Amino acid sequence: MSREKISEIKAAREKWLAERNKMKDRDIKFETVSGMAVNDIYTPEDVQDLDYLRDLGFPGEYPFTRGVQRNMYRGRLWTMRQFAGFGTAHESNQRYKFLLQQGQTGLSVAFDMPTIMGYDSDHPRALGEVGRVGVAIDSLADMEVLFDGIPLDKISTSMTINAPASILWCMYIATGEKQGVPPEKLTGTIQNDILKEYIAQKSWIFPPEPSMRLITDIFAYASKHVPKWNTISISGYHIREAGSTAVQELAFTLANGFAYVEAGIKAGLNVDDFAPRLSFFFNSHIDFFEEIAKFRAARRIWARRMKEKYGAKNPRSWMLRFHTQTAGCSLTAQQPENNIVRTAYEALAAVLGGTQSLHTNSMDEVLALPTEKAVQIALRTQQIIAYETGAPNVIDPLAGSYYVEALTNKMEEEAEKYFAEIERRGGVLAAIDQNFFQQEIADAAYQYQRAIDNKERILVGVNEFTTGEELDIEILYIDPEIERKQVERVKKLRRERDNIRVQETLDALRNAAQGTENLIPYILECVRAYATEGEIIQTLKEIFGEYKEKPTF
Amino acid sequence: MARKIRVLVAKPGLDGHDRGARVIARGLRDAGMEVVYTGLHQTPEQIVEAAIQEDVDVVGLSILSGAHMTLFPRVCELLKENNAEDILVIGGGIIPEADIKKLKENGWAAELFTPGTPIETIVEWINANVKVD
Repeated sequence: MSREKISEIKAAREKWLAERNKMKDRDIKFETVSGMAVNDIYTPEDVQDLDYLRDLGFPGEYPFTRGVQRNMYRGRLWTMRQFAGFGTAHESNQRYKFLLQQGQTGLSVAFDMPTIMGYDSDHPRALGEVGRVGVAIDSLADMEVLFDGIPLDKISTSMTINAPASILWCMYIATGEKQGVPPEKLTGTIQNDILKEYIAQKSWIFPPEPSMRLITDIFAYASKHVPKWNTISISGYHIREAGSTAVQELAFTLANGFAYVEAGIKAGLNVDDFAPRLSFFFNSHIDFFEEIAKFRAARRIWARRMKEKYGAKNPRSWMLRFHTQTAGCSLTAQQPENNIVRTAYEALAAVLGGTQSLHTNSMDEVLALPTEKAVQIALRTQQIIAYETGAPNVIDPLAGSYYVEALTNKMEEEAEKYFAEIERRGGVLAAIDQNFFQQEIADAAYQYQRAIDNKERILVGVNEFTTGEELDIEILYIDPEIERKQVERVKKLRRERDNIRVQETLDALRNAAQGTENLIPYILECVRAYATEGEIIQTLKEIFGEYKEKPTF
Repeated sequence: MARKIRVLVAKPGLDGHDRGARVIARGLRDAGMEVVYTGLHQTPEQIVEAAIQEDVDVVGLSILSGAHMTLFPRVCELLKENNAEDILVIGGGIIPEADIKKLKENGWAAELFTPGTPIETIVEWINANVKVD
């Protein structure tokens, strides 16, 4: 737009403003859910420096602001992937089959806390937690049951596992072998993002340095043997759930992404050998436009850095592909049916933001694990967006909106400020050590809670429009008998397997861990011998030690 | 002047969801209480030891892992074994209504606060239920 046109608009806007300011606004703060102030109107003045080809371009082309595929959802809809898992492998296997029958197009495994923390089901620390928030997996024997009757060459699987990701991934590879599916045919994702564990989700085992080694070992092994696997899902989801703002989620996640790229390069890998398999995972919160702007900004920042700073040549290395989950922290225990509506808006924002796959939360997840009925409604929500709303017909339909473009720019600018701050602190690991991210997130979470408590922010059904009704909703109960059964199962495994072979493979792993070799082949051998997850983790703890956090609030 | 109420905010179990625990800890401190936060992944034994050592009036357990029916009774049992059952045990997290009833009826929790509870409500409850001499 010409300079003259902009001045004309400016003059007209000032005239409009004089009249507009005579009107009284509601007495609230006009800001995003992240506390970012927004103007009442956006005009061409706000995007006058936007250069279409430089800043937006075309879908599937640098800098990918408008999406990673040229035809986006006209080619293929996003993968509808509901995160699920509970009880033993047997119960979860049944749920997966139900979800696949309902038209779900990919699997997403939730593990229980003992599995996530590297304890076997019969460990004293696992007491009361087996199969509670996800499925209990102790060894390859459980993984075989989990995917029984589900052909691993036909379905892609995402596994939310971090500190012990290498072990669960090896179990998946070994399960494929048992089904006759070679590793090069396996598709899926392991979360494998330890940095956000130290920052937000707090499910760590080893200190940062050996943790990063395991991650780069996975990058290297996958590039040779499991080429279609997404080796990491760099996650903002948990950062946001821990209470961060949208900008913090964006900036901290991408900063972690750069840290993994730098670690891979430092480990001697060529950036284009592993960067195309990096994937991301974002939250879709309730502030519609802010979320859409966040997704668009994420793609542009990543593309620019990967090309300009890290010298990636393969366009696939520039592409930020991501999974989205709607915001668990936006749901309310009060009037839980309202959560269906919240989730629908959040899911629509993810689709308009160009997500590659999506999990929609069930209305009852603030109370317990979801019932089958609640999960079905959540999946139907995605199907309604996909098949009824028309939203997927046009690629990046909000591009060119003065507001969305201005907000996308603002997201990028604010993220850049955080990148500079992290750099000043000596990088991501140093900033974690300085408690920087943790404190930033805690501050944002506290401010948000204060705003709810003093009603600066309205939460429908919580601090306004409340009803005194008793909660009347069916919830899923996990039978405590499951824990006993699983404990018995792992004990039986220890009695019946070839324990000499188990010991040999664990000893070989211990030796390798003391050196610098890639550990994945050793872990795979342990897994094939039916060593348990807890035994493998314990072996590595002997060499790597354990991470400890200084508690602050 | 009455002494300050002392609260131990504790995070038992294996999960790392510390948003609630940390927000509450800060809120109670801002309301004038002395707050000790245990950090993550604490066993009931560690929590009870800290509660006695820090001479607290209240232990607040934050549990989002579904293990509440194991952890609350265990903490209460250990407090009793250590003759410290005068310490009030309260809590919060993802806890279904039926379990809340059961925990309170059995005396495994003096009060439970579910998602959406304003910090002020918790402050008022503690002020009303802790006798400061």
